[in-house]
Amino acid sequence: MRFALIGQPNCGKSTLFNQVAGYKAETGNFSGTTVTFTESKVRVLGEVVELVDLPGTYTLAGMNPAEREALAYLTARQVDVIINVVDASHLIQGLNLTLELMELNIPLVVALNMMDDAARLGMKINGLQLQQMLGVPTLPIVANKGRGIKPLFTTAMETARSRQPPERQRYNQDIEDAISATMASIDGQFAPLHPEMVAIKLLEGTPQLIEQVEKKLPGLLPHVQATQKAIEMAHGQQVGFVFNSERRNQAALIVHTVLHQGERYLTWRDRIDDFLLHPLLGYVGLVVIMLIFFQGVYGFGRLVEPPLLAILDGLTAFVITLVGTGTLVSQIVTGLLQGITGGVAIVLPYLLPFLIGMGILEDIGYLPRIAFLMDALMHKLGLHGKAIVPFILGYGCNVPAVMSTRILEEKRDRYLAAALATLVPCAARLAVVFGLVAFYLGPALALLIYLFNLFVIAVTGKLLSRLLPLDSPGLILEMPVYRLPTLRTVVQKAWFRVREFIVEAWPVLIVGSIVLSLLAYFNLASYFDILGRPITWALGLPQQVGVPLIFGILRKELSLIMLGQALGSTNFASVLTPVQMITFSVFVVFYIPCLATLSVLRRELGTKAMFSIAGITIVIAFIAALIARIIGVIALPLIGI
Amino acid sequence: MRISQSSESLLKAAIGKWLRVVRFDAQPELSNQLLQLGLLPGDCVRVTREAPLGGPLLVEFNGRSVALGRDVASTIIVEEGECVSL
Repeated sequence: MRFALIGQPNCGKSTLFNQVAGYKAETGNFSGTTVTFTESKVRVLGEVVELVDLPGTYTLAGMNPAEREALAYLTARQVDVIINVVDASHLIQGLNLTLELMELNIPLVVALNMMDDAARLGMKINGLQLQQMLGVPTLPIVANKGRGIKPLFTTAMETARSRQPPERQRYNQDIEDAISATMASIDGQFAPLHPEMVAIKLLEGTPQLIEQVEKKLPGLLPHVQATQKAIEMAHGQQVGFVFNSERRNQAALIVHTVLHQGERYLTWRDRIDDFLLHPLLGYVGLVVIMLIFFQGVYGFGRLVEPPLLAILDGLTAFVITLVGTGTLVSQIVTGLLQGITGGVAIVLPYLLPFLIGMGILEDIGYLPRIAFLMDALMHKLGLHGKAIVPFILGYGCNVPAVMSTRILEEKRDRYLAAALATLVPCAARLAVVFGLVAFYLGPALALLIYLFNLFVIAVTGKLLSRLLPLDSPGLILEMPVYRLPTLRTVVQKAWFRVREFIVEAWPVLIVGSIVLSLLAYFNLASYFDILGRPITWALGLPQQVGVPLIFGILRKELSLIMLGQALGSTNFASVLTPVQMITFSVFVVFYIPCLATLSVLRRELGTKAMFSIAGITIVIAFIAALIARIIGVIALPLIGI
Repeated sequence: MRISQSSESLLKAAIGKWLRVVRFDAQPELSNQLLQLGLLPGDCVRVTREAPLGGPLLVEFNGRSVALGRDVASTIIVEEGECVSL
């Protein structure tokens, strides 16, 4: 058995999924958090069921790759029942998709989510009547509080077992005739897909299906195109629009019957935007929120890091007294320990508070507000406000940032957003900036590096958008209502992301650390240093920095740990000058994204794009670090460092 | 009957005033995107906020708030008159 969760963006599919399957899918209070499907096995009525969470989409004929994923999945895999999650507070748009799903000839159950929001907006929905009108089992749930989930899945299982597909709503007669005629020509060629569903989607002009038809039944295309023309002539609208507006009108009819709109009360949720989206105060708010956020992370890290390091260093020293120094074994053990402690020293003080803060901002629904405020500025970079999401996620980790570029419609926008997002210093690079510059030279200089980073991104965006002019229609982004984040989801989300680090990055960190120890033991490091010498020379960095820079590509957080190893001391003040610290940090902030990011770049945008982005970042890193060096040499003495 | 003489793009609408959508002067893809968000000719729409420096408009229709870039808003043709709010 396979159950598929599908619904419009930000309707709570992933929240429902996580309630059932444990925290496995990213959630957030904005459109497009889920960009790919997540699967998990769950137990329903004693049977093991494959549950899949599909990206949110307003329609199956979606524009961007994340939206297309839903139809692609539903046509490629056997799905026994679709659980259609509908945001009750936006019933018409939700039913729009429901009506479309009813055409797929797959058993369907509707989950009416966010009934609490609907009630707050004064809406009374007659669920039983809705169920009768749709002819589909309809159950109320409150996904984030876990209410109504058991009955939903029991009903879903019963519906799946019955194998009873829903009866779709009818279109205008001329469209119905066109569907029948097209259906006759298809005649089972697309089995197991139902010919009626294929006919409707073909006539609507769904690109994926047209591609398939070109391969399988090229003779059918002229017929389809002629039928589309006829519909367009009769309705005076583009054909996809005709189908969509028919469904939307039917949805409106249903909602008029089942929904009673009462008094709407204005709450803090409605008033808070008077301040946060204010043309002036909104930006003050943005700066204050970001300052609190970064100050919080920095403050926590500063508090936790020294005692933590003291403990870990003590432990390392103790182990070294046991294994001795200078032997191969002791060298491996030292490398191992440094890898382990390096991971702990990054995760606990900086990554964890960052992810918790990020999770809170996401769940409140503030990110789309940032997109609204920053749209004008983003246009200057040749992107629109929606592309701010990859940027913000980028401060956590570039991997989800690159993946989130899927919410953008145009390929060119995805490339540009991905290229710029990889320049955003992720939490690992944050550890380098904080651990080196903030720790030894003060937080103000660290902040300056962040501002300099923004400046460089802006210049890069400007230059790249010269080469790739903007031609997308502009920002279209829904503003969700504010929600209070629940402790449970924030903690689960942070743990989900920390676990990713522990499972995927930490082992690489440890192995990298051991390899480096071995390089030192066999005196091989100098070869790598020679490789990096052109860059380290021009930037005025010690020759030994070559190894940490090259191995930093594995994981950026390796850079700092390996820097300590390469220079023979973790008291960086004694081995690096302040200018060198700044130059090194700036270079690390910009140069080649880490291995994980490179692989996701390749998956999302192709090998060519991956190489071009990696190349661009090296050039930028070199120029930026050189500028930082020059400024540092001139300006640092003036402020007494 | 009011004819389209009084119609203009949403970009020129006064903040807070409910207006009726006449049509979209947009490419089919864009019209479809607006439709998918639940906006159809005949619907009531109003601008609730404006971001400064040529930023987007915040537009309300059918119980939802959507940020629309100025280029998008300029393709939505509106006029005063009876409209449908869902």
